[in-house]
Amino acid sequence: MAALEEEFTLSGVPLGSGPDGLLGVEQSDKTDQFLVTDSGRTVILYKVSDQKPLGSWSVKQGQVITCPAVCNFQTGEYIVVHDNKVLRIWNNEDVNLDKVFKATLSADVYRIHSVQGSEPLVLFRSGAVRGLEALLAEPQQKIETVISNDEMIKWTKVFMIVKHPVLIFITEKHGNYFVYVHMFHSHTLSKYTLLHGQEEKSVIQNFTASVHRKFISLVTLTSGRRIYETLIPTHPKDPETSQVLVRTLLLKAAVSGDARNGVAVSILDHDHIAVLGTLPSTTKECLSVWNIKFQTLQASKELPQGTSHQLWYYGENLFMLHGKFLTVIPYKCEVSSLAGALGKLKHSQDPDTHAVPHFVNWETPQEYELESWNSETSKRILRTRNIEMNLQPAISASKQLLLAIKNDTEKHIEVELRKFLAIKQTPDFHTIIGDIITGLLGRCKAEPSFYPRNCLMQLIQTHVLSYSLCPDLMGVALEKTDVQLLQLCLQQFPDIPESITCTCLQLFLSIDDNSLHEADINTESVFDYSSTIQDEKMEEATEIIENGFKPEEDNYSNCGKELKEKPLKTTEETTSSPVTPKRAALLNAVLHSAYSEAFLVPHLKDIPAQHTTLFLRYLHFLYLKCSANAPMTLPGVHPPTLNQIMDWICLLLDANFTVVVMIPEAKRLLISLYKFVKAQISVYSELNKIEVSFRELQKLNQEKNNTELYSIEVLELI
Amino acid sequence: MGEFRVHRVRFFNYVPSGIRCVAYNNQSNKLAVSRIDGTVEIYNLSANYFQEKFFPGHESRTTEALCWAKGQRLFSGGLNGEIIEYDLQALNIKYSMDAFGGPIWSMTASPSGSQLLIGCEDGSVKLFQITSDRIQFERNFDRQKSRILSLSWHPSGTHIAAGSIDYISVFDVKSGSATHKMIVDRRYMGVSKRKCIIWGVAFLSDGTVISVDSVGKVQFWDSATGTLIKSHLIANADVQSIAVSDQEDSFVVGTAEGTVFHFQLVSVTSNSKEKQWVRTKPFQYHTHDVRAVAHSPTALISGGTDTHLVIRPLMEKVEVKNYDAALRKITFPHRCLISCSKKKQLLLFQFAHHLELWRLGATGATGKNGDILPLSKNADHLLQLKKKGPENIICSCISPCGSWIAYSTASRFFLYRLSYEHDNISLQRVPKMPAFLHAALQILFSEDSTRLFVASPQGSLHIIQLSEGHFKHLHTFQPQSGTVEAMCLLAVSPDGNWLAASGTSAGVHIYSLKQLKPHCTVPAYNFPVTALAIAPNTNNLVVAHSDQQVFEYSIPDKQYTEWSRTIQKHGFHHLWLQRDTPITHISFHPKRPMHILLHDAYMFCIIDKSLPLPNDRTLLYNPASLMNESDIRRRTAHAFKISKKYKPLLFMELLDERTLVAVERPLDDIIAQLPPPIKKKKFGT
Repeated sequence: MAALEEEFTLSGVPLGSGPDGLLGVEQSDKTDQFLVTDSGRTVILYKVSDQKPLGSWSVKQGQVITCPAVCNFQTGEYIVVHDNKVLRIWNNEDVNLDKVFKATLSADVYRIHSVQGSEPLVLFRSGAVRGLEALLAEPQQKIETVISNDEMIKWTKVFMIVKHPVLIFITEKHGNYFVYVHMFHSHTLSKYTLLHGQEEKSVIQNFTASVHRKFISLVTLTSGRRIYETLIPTHPKDPETSQVLVRTLLLKAAVSGDARNGVAVSILDHDHIAVLGTLPSTTKECLSVWNIKFQTLQASKELPQGTSHQLWYYGENLFMLHGKFLTVIPYKCEVSSLAGALGKLKHSQDPDTHAVPHFVNWETPQEYELESWNSETSKRILRTRNIEMNLQPAISASKQLLLAIKNDTEKHIEVELRKFLAIKQTPDFHTIIGDIITGLLGRCKAEPSFYPRNCLMQLIQTHVLSYSLCPDLMGVALEKTDVQLLQLCLQQFPDIPESITCTCLQLFLSIDDNSLHEADINTESVFDYSSTIQDEKMEEATEIIENGFKPEEDNYSNCGKELKEKPLKTTEETTSSPVTPKRAALLNAVLHSAYSEAFLVPHLKDIPAQHTTLFLRYLHFLYLKCSANAPMTLPGVHPPTLNQIMDWICLLLDANFTVVVMIPEAKRLLISLYKFVKAQISVYSELNKIEVSFRELQKLNQEKNNTELYSIEVLELI
Repeated sequence: MGEFRVHRVRFFNYVPSGIRCVAYNNQSNKLAVSRIDGTVEIYNLSANYFQEKFFPGHESRTTEALCWAKGQRLFSGGLNGEIIEYDLQALNIKYSMDAFGGPIWSMTASPSGSQLLIGCEDGSVKLFQITSDRIQFERNFDRQKSRILSLSWHPSGTHIAAGSIDYISVFDVKSGSATHKMIVDRRYMGVSKRKCIIWGVAFLSDGTVISVDSVGKVQFWDSATGTLIKSHLIANADVQSIAVSDQEDSFVVGTAEGTVFHFQLVSVTSNSKEKQWVRTKPFQYHTHDVRAVAHSPTALISGGTDTHLVIRPLMEKVEVKNYDAALRKITFPHRCLISCSKKKQLLLFQFAHHLELWRLGATGATGKNGDILPLSKNADHLLQLKKKGPENIICSCISPCGSWIAYSTASRFFLYRLSYEHDNISLQRVPKMPAFLHAALQILFSEDSTRLFVASPQGSLHIIQLSEGHFKHLHTFQPQSGTVEAMCLLAVSPDGNWLAASGTSAGVHIYSLKQLKPHCTVPAYNFPVTALAIAPNTNNLVVAHSDQQVFEYSIPDKQYTEWSRTIQKHGFHHLWLQRDTPITHISFHPKRPMHILLHDAYMFCIIDKSLPLPNDRTLLYNPASLMNESDIRRRTAHAFKISKKYKPLLFMELLDERTLVAVERPLDDIIAQLPPPIKKKKFGT
């Protein structure tokens, strides 16, 4: 929400003695310092935060300043024009304007513009524009006339568009307005006619403009209390021909603007406009902030002592002449959002009191580090650096490590990391680990050749990382097809998104055996199945699939018979793993990872058919192995559980059934799965049928244990 | 110590009645439980969960609703349409009053306790004013379409919620008109059931109404707008009961599947103010419908068709790890249902509707420990005596000689004379009982069977002289002036000189039967008496209390015996104190004056006063593995000889020096007689 804060006046001499109020308020090269030019003879440099003048310069009696003083951002000098033609340039040390550099020009100056990143530009009343350097080189050069004699420049402004200044000025001739846009890089001047729109009679009272993407948005305030917006293209198609600009109504009845009083308008940001004038409801002058998006009045402040109907807006401050003194009203605007309107959004803190987050946000501290190493010394960064230093003086080891990460070799970083990890875990261990991994990954991204694999492995094994702490890590590992690291991540991270799990799965299924052979993969979750092949017979396995239930052979389809015709092949399929132990270990890591079914299924659909089949075969193999054991578990350390296997089979089939059903290789697999499910259902239905009998048996069993209703026993009490 | 021949009896076919309602009274920490046969029991949760009072059932009186009001007054409503108030002192029904609304389904007392609200079959909600001695009809609320199955009062007393069939109504108490009608969804998993019965409602102070219904849902409603806020589907069957804690931060519901769910109001995130109801804990202590639940400050209490009363402590509310922190499952009544004629080896079993007389069998064989001896004669079922009238039997007794049987209902007293001619048995009712003998809470015969002692509900004790087919009223001990406390336990000395009687709270009174006047009173103790008996020869009175303490009091000396003082000073073994069923019977060995036999539901014990007392480091229960002769030295010889062989043990008595009778009632036999529970699929779920 836009809000006007408490106003304050800049003390000093009374201003606005002339009839036109102030000539101008301009930024100086230092933030917080502004050049105020009175319409009389004085230029004052104010420091706004201190609310006091830093310097004041006057021209001689008889001379009149005709153009507001500006600061040359390239040199830090101040420039002013008095008596239309006399240019003065001085700096802070100068006391007397009479004794400073002086240049007399051949034509009347309308305004000098100075913007950051460009030399000052001088706009003559004739419409001609010169750079200051060129002008000073030859002060008496001839100035051409661009606009016709009757035209009067009403308003002007300069913008930097793509590092080049663009000057815009508006002239008036018999109630018609023309817009000139002067492009410096292309030395083109475009002229536009500003159309009135519906209101023929209205007089334009004030202008303001801002650059918005490829357009200059010119906002005009008319006497009919309306605010219009006109979009001026910054890259005109045909600069030679005169073009017509149409304006659109932004806001109605913003102020009661009669011509006598005059009003001023200023664009605050994309959605907000400040208007100085009389509100329809009151007679007093007031400053109001309008939201043009929602057409609402956001804030207003009464100015009972009257103003000069001028308004300047720099940074976060609105300047105006209130009574006899220059008044500053700080203006703040949060981003408009529905949440803000509903009061749900927390108001962000004042930048000065804004504490640097030491936890949670891993990005921030890292950014500070980067910038400070790049020796960018803006004040703000310095300040945060200081805080960092004050709060964490002791963690020099981590500092050193972070330093090393920036530019040292992998070997060196590894040594430093080992040193750091050897130190006992500090309370902010998590934070530092987060910083380190972010730093490492940042460098990985910047330098494709840099991949500190050992460091990353060590960091993962600290057990403090999670996916959300370093979302890039798995991405980098996937890029490098580092399956070992991925396995480690899958084992350690509790919060891997399903899409990443699926990408890993895809990689594990598609990676060729040769590269797997080289990788050092932890295969403890894979039992050495080959050793059991000898002592396990196929009959045993199939019998257990059917869970003791012997279905009638006739019930089976032809496919089943087909299957039986090739018993030898089936034996091979069911008793040997379809994947190598290393791949199996990787797949087991995927089986162990946490997932949510709804999010996983869409990603599983992306897995190519042959990989799906391979995975299904592996799962089926695991299932057979699992059911071969009495406790329905697989041997080995931390093997996949039966539930995990079954869930993944279901998920894979859910996601890819239409594809799998078309693949000839998968046919046998599907049939055997189908048989399994069918057998399972029959077993359960049989179990349900005989449940009552079971219970009776149990009762009988109990009764056997019980003695009769009556007995005589011998008891010896001790 | 001794070898006994034990008659192990399992033919006592007792099945407790299912629990219908429970009502917890916060003030006295007592729990009222009503059973399907109309029995109402009062459990004192402070006194180690002892069932200290009970009101016998009545054929036409099924209790559907039970509530405490105005402090500690207990009301119930049932399907006969009557509201009943119970007299907790005299242990009888104070009055019953027809509500004229058909069967009463629900009842609740106002938060202040001064008003009673009942929901009737005809859809009426009736408000009664509770006066000092009765209740008075005040007015009807707007009549609803169908029966009112549940009622709940808003804590401020301004509104009530009434659960009916298919909808919940919210009434304004002042105007008596329904302000909202919240219609519940009948559908259950997409299938429309015929009707949705609102089994329970609870009105919270923030205006939320919680309902439980026959579709298996727990639903939260906003009573101000009449809208559904949240719905939890928790069961495939009915959710039948709900109880909210006083703090309104947790509640408990019971389902027909036997599951009890605990819901708690917990913060959405830690240290956030926003809270929501979360289903936290499921408990499965029941096999059948959980018909009633209650929420005490520290425990969840549930009861249902499977007849168990389960008290599950909330661990987070229990501060000290004491005995209250353990789960309780109360199945059997805390009183003796069996009496025994030692001379004739007869057992009299008391059921709610009849009495059974059995004669024990015999054997000629001998054996060693653990042997089952061959029977020369099996036990005989001699007699089944059906009660007269609609009321259930309160108490019964067979004389030691076996020729008299007496029993009593709430309004009638019956005395029978039994005569045995070889194997034939003939029963003859003694006619013309005196008018004052219209009900008894406890009946006892003297050792020589010449006298009958009857404790009447008004607190008086009648002594009747018995002789061949005649009887004569000898004397009546009137209660001490001012007290009307009923006596529930009686004990007479074997020499016939002393009578001890105990009520539920005050001490044990001892009367001299020779002089026919009160002798003395044993000092009152904090916990109720669970059993008492007078030892032969010494005339020492042994009293067991619900906190598992046992005292021995010498009647002639009017003081506690030396042994009693010693054991109080020494303290009981911690395992002894941790037992969770009360001692229900005490007897003595005729030849060994130092022995006291006592039992609870899970053990029986012979205390040998001559042996040293066990301390907390010694084993209280000698393990069965040490039974061998070779281990005899490793056994710790202490005063408590305990056997846990027979359980659940309902009765244990010494028939003669070497013969014991033990009546067991295995839980499986009870379960077998209950209706089948809701069938749950076991395979392929």
